[in-house]
Amino acid sequence: MTDWPILSTVTFLPLVGVLLLLLTREDSPYGRRNILNVSLLTTVFTFIVSLFIWIGFDNSNPGFQMIEKHAWLGTGISYHLGVDGISMLFVILTTFLMPFCVLASWQSVEKRIKEYMIAFLLLEVVMVGVFVSLDIVLFYVFFEATLIPMFVIIGVWGGKDRVYASYKFFLYTLAGSVLMMLAIMAMYWQAGTTDITELLRYNFPANLQTWLWLAAFAAFAVKMPMWPLHTWLPDAHVQAPTAGSVILAGVMLKLGGYGFIRISLAMFPLASDYFAPFVFTLSVLAIIYTSLVAMMQDDIKKLIAYSSVAHMGYVTMGIFAANMQGVQGAIFQMLSHGIVSGALFLCVGVIYDRLHTREIAAYGGLVNNMPKYAVAFMIFTMANVGLPGTSGFVGEFLTVIGVFQVNTWVALFAATGVILSASYALWLYRRVIWGALEKESLKGLLDLSGREKLILYPLVALTIFYGVYPAPIFDATAASVDLLVNNYSAALQAAKDLALTVH
Amino acid sequence: MIYKAIVFLPLIGFLIAGLFGRSIGAKASEYVTSGLMIVAAVLSWIVFFNVALAHGEGGEVIKIEVLRWIQSGGIDIEWAFRIDTLTAVMFVVVNTVSTLVHVYSIGYMHHDPHRPRFFAYLSLFTFAMLMLVTSDNLAQMFFGWEGVGLASYLLIGFWYKKPSASAAAMKAFIVNRVGDFGFLLGIAGIFMLFGSINFETIFAAAGSYLPAEGAAEGGEVIASIFGMDVTRYGALTIVCLLLFMGAMGKSAQFLLHTWLPDAMEGPTPVSALIHAATMVTAGVFLVARMSPIFELSPDALLFVTIIGAITAFFAATVGLVQNDIKRVIAYSTCSQLGYMFVALGVGAYGAAIFHLFTHAFFKALLFLGAGSVIHAVDGEQDMRYMGGLRKHIPVTFWMMTIGTLALTGVGIPGTMIGFAGFFSKDVIIESAYASHSVASGFAFTLLVVAALFTSFYSWRLAFLTFFGKPRASADVMHHVHESPQVMLVPLYVLAIGAVIAGFVFEGFFFGHEYAEFWKGALFTLPENEILEEFHHVPLWVKWSPFIAMLIGFVTAWFMYIKSPSTPKRLAEQQSILYNFLLNKWYFDEIYDFLFVRSAKGLGRFLWKKGDIGVIDAYGPNGVAARVVDVTRSVVRLQSGYLYHYAFAMLLGIAALVTWMMLGSSI
Repeated sequence: MTDWPILSTVTFLPLVGVLLLLLTREDSPYGRRNILNVSLLTTVFTFIVSLFIWIGFDNSNPGFQMIEKHAWLGTGISYHLGVDGISMLFVILTTFLMPFCVLASWQSVEKRIKEYMIAFLLLEVVMVGVFVSLDIVLFYVFFEATLIPMFVIIGVWGGKDRVYASYKFFLYTLAGSVLMMLAIMAMYWQAGTTDITELLRYNFPANLQTWLWLAAFAAFAVKMPMWPLHTWLPDAHVQAPTAGSVILAGVMLKLGGYGFIRISLAMFPLASDYFAPFVFTLSVLAIIYTSLVAMMQDDIKKLIAYSSVAHMGYVTMGIFAANMQGVQGAIFQMLSHGIVSGALFLCVGVIYDRLHTREIAAYGGLVNNMPKYAVAFMIFTMANVGLPGTSGFVGEFLTVIGVFQVNTWVALFAATGVILSASYALWLYRRVIWGALEKESLKGLLDLSGREKLILYPLVALTIFYGVYPAPIFDATAASVDLLVNNYSAALQAAKDLALTVH
Repeated sequence: MIYKAIVFLPLIGFLIAGLFGRSIGAKASEYVTSGLMIVAAVLSWIVFFNVALAHGEGGEVIKIEVLRWIQSGGIDIEWAFRIDTLTAVMFVVVNTVSTLVHVYSIGYMHHDPHRPRFFAYLSLFTFAMLMLVTSDNLAQMFFGWEGVGLASYLLIGFWYKKPSASAAAMKAFIVNRVGDFGFLLGIAGIFMLFGSINFETIFAAAGSYLPAEGAAEGGEVIASIFGMDVTRYGALTIVCLLLFMGAMGKSAQFLLHTWLPDAMEGPTPVSALIHAATMVTAGVFLVARMSPIFELSPDALLFVTIIGAITAFFAATVGLVQNDIKRVIAYSTCSQLGYMFVALGVGAYGAAIFHLFTHAFFKALLFLGAGSVIHAVDGEQDMRYMGGLRKHIPVTFWMMTIGTLALTGVGIPGTMIGFAGFFSKDVIIESAYASHSVASGFAFTLLVVAALFTSFYSWRLAFLTFFGKPRASADVMHHVHESPQVMLVPLYVLAIGAVIAGFVFEGFFFGHEYAEFWKGALFTLPENEILEEFHHVPLWVKWSPFIAMLIGFVTAWFMYIKSPSTPKRLAEQQSILYNFLLNKWYFDEIYDFLFVRSAKGLGRFLWKKGDIGVIDAYGPNGVAARVVDVTRSVVRLQSGYLYHYAFAMLLGIAALVTWMMLGSSI
């Protein structure tokens, strides 16, 4: 079992599902049901297999584990996979969310279900691929490839302005990826390797770090997204089908955060330190600006999308605080946000499937005939607000504590998010859920179906579980983050010593 | 074990009523939650006797670990209980009042279809409050802090069909969050200064923040907070003020008080439990708990004193003219909390907790009494439509009277004869006078004036409700009835507390047995001798609250019994002042203008002008427009893009690979 290439297995297992789907005919009597079953089984099975990664993971080892390495084409590029405490849980998050996406699409996707599921399974392959890649070219290929299935999902199965949304999504990402490509070339030019483990050990010269950092920043800041590169996200979310939104908010935004930690912070410590105030400024702007904008939205999905941008502000802030609390808080915040925002989009999907509108004004008083839904939505709203006892609190709390030690002003402005998030989230809840049931169109709505319970209840349980007992996550991430933070401060110290000896 | 039982029994009640309330039915939910609360309350009293009243060696704090929580670098937080006298006192207050409110609600909420939900929320609240008072570190306290906020939000909005209730719930949560903003930063600041947020570590290290003997201006700069280079003393003061901001929000102090009166939209038992006896005193508890660091910062304490005094005065003035029976009591609560903060500010922590303790009894009594009145007159809350109820609901009348006597502090100065409020309030007023604080005179004056107002509005409430001619419709008066025993028994219990809590416990909380009772749970510096000094204030100081109380009573009697036309005439003569008070100093209007509308306007502006007008227009849309022009004629849009993209990426990879192969061969 120890030699079993588990990371490759998890990464490419969904391809088996794709193969089966290709062999299934959609127009046969049981075609649709078979397609759904195959997709669900594939994703569930992949998730179960991926749990073995966590089970086999050694928390005390700060380096990469479960390594697979094969040279490729004799080019210096190699097929090199591995996970450490930073990436491992993102793999689990991705495989965990996929079955929910399949379930969420059970009825809502009506046309071309086969292609739809194939797109999702391919998306899973490339997303997991990003997190397990230990070669920067491989990383780049997977990172960029995530765009293609998502682009198709929004462009084909999206809402009525899907073309516009795909444009935006496309243009932003394109700009980032070109620069990233240049950065990779420059890194290879300088270090002579594309292996991430070696690049992590390599000390790039300070002025080159600056340029590399900026190029990488462009790619990751778009994915994150950071203000002012965020405007693609609300449109993409609004147009995407529910499952698309879940993956977009749950996993794809984390690619940016993961890139910041793995590449920017770890490989370019001097530049990270130099640009930290810049990132802090953008993070704080994101938190305040997008929270205010979120408050005024009249489309439920847009509101949640803007709130995602605000929450990602805490992540970038925490990462570049570059201390234990900041980075661990940022990782936790990303994982928690993956669950909570995914769940919120699923909640929107529940009522969208019934009424086919996302207008806040079309709702009101849902608690009267959908009490179970109201409870689930309340819990996710509170998690979104960062109430202690839900997973949303832990990350926010740690990132604020982390950044307070570095820059108190940033902490001060970021903490206003506590007030603003409560404002928009509770106002949304009040308008959608509370009140008397007066609108005729709402009176016939039924409470959660069995399938919807199956989707939402596990997420409720996880949200509360990780709010009360986040220790498993901190245990897994501690060693690797500790190593990262130590290397980071050592690099800064070395540069400082060098400067002193020169003068 | 006993401690875990006290804290978790309400949680079990919440889970049973919340998850299975629908299937086991309302009756069962009521009995289960109330039954578990009764057990918890009995256990709390046992703990109170064992911990607080035991003649132990003292100084020992019981610590019970429950579960790991957050560990990250220097942060090491556990779910754990810290049991000392302060916790034991809060146990008794919270669980006693909560149990009585549970029982009372069985009668009060009799006709409500959502009783399981109501009782679940009550138990959830109790659990969160207990987590707050037992906390061993600031993060767990923040958990309880926000947990009670959540329960309060849910209970204020319990009747979600009423728009005013939903609005009030939201307002309560958001205004509280303004305070929490400060609290959160305060926690971060504590971590920066002490490297930990566990009480044990903080309290042990607090001593090092004492200004060194003879050091000029407190020593060297240790940190930069919010652009200010601060010394150890300065940093500590900022942290204390940030924490106090949290306390101001939760305890509805001046500037952050606006949510409390609106919170009266919730069912009346909720007002009694959350918005009078327990949750709103969390701020007082916080400052008392953090006394080891507040005590080191006279500047922070000065601020606490000033805010407390202003609140006591301000809320009392507004209370003078309100017509809603619950709002009068709400402002009264706000005002009494101001008293407690003055006590904290002048270093009389014991007096603050003493007032918290007695206040819980008589204010819960008043609220539940008011609930009984509202129950009797068919849901009417406006005192202008009450009157003459004394004969119809005599038991409620007498209970309310006891509550009023306790609140106004009736008693004979210099003796041990008096109601609960007489002891605790007079102690605070005398301490304010005796303290060496700069704001001593200011606080003393405002508190005495507030005592006069307290007496006036309390008796005004009693006279308007129970005396005079009935002003309700004949139909309502016909149905007026005394409440059932299940509602009256809690009143009896609270009334006993309102009568005897003062003279039984004064010696413990702020008297001869102070040291033995608190066992170091409240920290005071050696030079803080307020406990001794307040005994030696001049005689006129001792008598001043009594006289203020008397004046208030006589004025109220004159205006509402002797000559009932006076108030109306006065209101017309002084219409500006009257409207100013009636509209609560126009705080809601000012805040609405300053914060709510400006935030909404800014949000809309940033969205329409920022996102759409600038970023999109010059960013993607501008570029997209060009690209669309080119592509439109060539292929269908989405597929065209995709191919281009995939093609571009492949091209890039191909270029890279080629280059690398070339590179390696060179």
